[in-house]
Amino acid sequence: MNELKAQLQEWREALLGRMPKAPGWIGGRWSRPGAVLALALLIVLPLLFNESSGFLQATIIALAYVVMALGLNIVIGFAGLLDLGYVAFYALGAYAVGWFASDFLSGENISVLSGQHSTFGIHLNFILVLICAVIITSIAGMIIGLPTLRLRGDYIAIVTLAFGEIIGTMVINGSNISIGGGMTLTAGNLGISSLDAPYFPVAGTFGLLNLRPWYWLILVIAVMCVFIAYRLRDSRLGRAWIALREDEVAAVSMGIPLVKTKLMAYAIGAAFGGMSGVFLAEFNGTVNASQFSFSFSIFVVSMVVLGGLGSIPGAILGALLISYINYYLIPDVFNTLPHTFGLNFDLTDLSIGIYGFLLVIVMVLRPQGLWPEKRRKRELAGLVAPEMTELAEPSQVNVGGGLDQGGMSG
Amino acid sequence: MSAIDTPAPAPASAPVDAIMSVDNVAKIFGGLTAVGGVSLDIPRRSIVSVIGPNGAGKTTLFNMLTGLYKPTSGRITFDGKLVSRSRPDKITKLGVARTFQNIRLFGAMTATENVMIGRHSRMRSGLGGSIFRPPWVRREERDVETRARELLAYVGLSSGAADRMSTELSYGDQRRIEIARALASEPKLLLLDEPTAGMNPQESEALKQFLFKLRDELDLAILLIEHDMKVVMGVSEHITVMDHGVKIAEGAPAEVRANPLVIEAYLGKQDGGTDGAA
Repeated sequence: MNELKAQLQEWREALLGRMPKAPGWIGGRWSRPGAVLALALLIVLPLLFNESSGFLQATIIALAYVVMALGLNIVIGFAGLLDLGYVAFYALGAYAVGWFASDFLSGENISVLSGQHSTFGIHLNFILVLICAVIITSIAGMIIGLPTLRLRGDYIAIVTLAFGEIIGTMVINGSNISIGGGMTLTAGNLGISSLDAPYFPVAGTFGLLNLRPWYWLILVIAVMCVFIAYRLRDSRLGRAWIALREDEVAAVSMGIPLVKTKLMAYAIGAAFGGMSGVFLAEFNGTVNASQFSFSFSIFVVSMVVLGGLGSIPGAILGALLISYINYYLIPDVFNTLPHTFGLNFDLTDLSIGIYGFLLVIVMVLRPQGLWPEKRRKRELAGLVAPEMTELAEPSQVNVGGGLDQGGMSG
Repeated sequence: MSAIDTPAPAPASAPVDAIMSVDNVAKIFGGLTAVGGVSLDIPRRSIVSVIGPNGAGKTTLFNMLTGLYKPTSGRITFDGKLVSRSRPDKITKLGVARTFQNIRLFGAMTATENVMIGRHSRMRSGLGGSIFRPPWVRREERDVETRARELLAYVGLSSGAADRMSTELSYGDQRRIEIARALASEPKLLLLDEPTAGMNPQESEALKQFLFKLRDELDLAILLIEHDMKVVMGVSEHITVMDHGVKIAEGAPAEVRANPLVIEAYLGKQDGGTDGAA
């Protein structure tokens, strides 16, 4: 066992020595012009590809996942709350489209700048649906946050996981939940199809033959989310999150309101997930209850972990890598690879295995993630004493304003 | 709230202008009485100490004063407001700041950032301010950072250390950062939990002078838990002695030093090694 460990360590060091160092211009004085240049490239990118190419489609999905990963990174990375129920916000975002941008709620007849001519259902403009989704998901985020306030670490994971499952089960059974007027909450496993595509006054309604407008739309959302994530990280709120993550007792003693600060992280993370859910639902054209499974939460968590917890560029990188592997490289590029070796299966049959294997490799070689945050990098490099808190068990301490019991010190 | 229930030699208790009054507070964990009815007045601009053997309930008392524990019974008032049921962050905002017995700095932050956290309750920017960062938020951030650096200089941290990660710094520097972090919240009352732990006599002496400076320059009231008798006797205007969760004696240093109960419960146990008690 020790030999194996030593061997792994050796390989790791050899590999680390060969890995490219982050170029000097990242974070330096070229970061602003660099970002502008990168943005310009991203804007013209779809013009280089066929307007309905598979690569463009994969890129659109990847960008939607970037938004998800950024949101979850706020909850897990910044605030240190291990949220395994993120799928709930994807579901609620998607159902916001089902409710407010399709024929589904057929008892109503509302249309606001939707570009639709349907005589029943609620049809709101994409931006309005987005706002509705942000409101719904941030409230849901706070609801999921409340029972976890007094918990830490793994216990938060269990509660949030259950919450994700509750939402998942609820949307499946939603076809039996009547909300009056002959309407049900969801369509269950039948799914709600014919969702509105985004419509904007000059651009018209987005079609599935031309993917470029979709790309630009999600690019705008993603850039906005990147911006918000950076601003939050370097703010009073961001500092408070890190402080709570580091030492809850010390943080509340320094005047950080635990409940408000934690709920804010949950709500903002959830809102990102909701926005991405709205986009993905409209892009797919349907909302099906069965797509909201636990594995989706894990999918997004692995993006954040792969990139490096708490790191914004890391979350982006992790989301892009895993999405491209899952939605482009495996199904489109290498799918028939086994056949060239005379094997009778498609690579997609192995996709979960492949991407699990890649994750294991990365975690062994680079546990801090591909693009770690500066703080964490120092921590993991052993520059920081591992544990500096041992007394006053936090669970016994009244940090949130509830009851406290057991244990004593002093 | 200065109903004093102590024996006759209570020090001129009637006109005391207390910043914090502790009235018969108790904390019971399950069946274990950690603190059983302690009363204490902390006058403004004063340095008072709580001493007692290990396990006497001093830190539990501290945790009640800062809101980390809610007292099982009794009342705590701060600056005229009842705070015994308040959340810790509310109490901090009212003007109570503390340090910890075992240093609790935020390891993944620089010294300056740690002190900026201490300023949290005096800042205004919220979600919108953080995202849109209007001029007043930029100014607030800049001012808070400047203030944090000033405080670090005030407590004697070398300027080069201000941007280092807090855990890379020496033990003494970490203690200094903790005090700076507490001062950042503009407290009226500072609670120090064994600030000289791990310090050599020279450092302890320097800290003693620093406590006087804090009291006189910042008009602070300071409540000290301390084992170093030289420091306690040297700085305290009033000392409360606890043992087994109850107050066994109180008074001026000289009175406490002469009190046979104290010698028996506390100083007598120290195998005479520590210092010039009695």
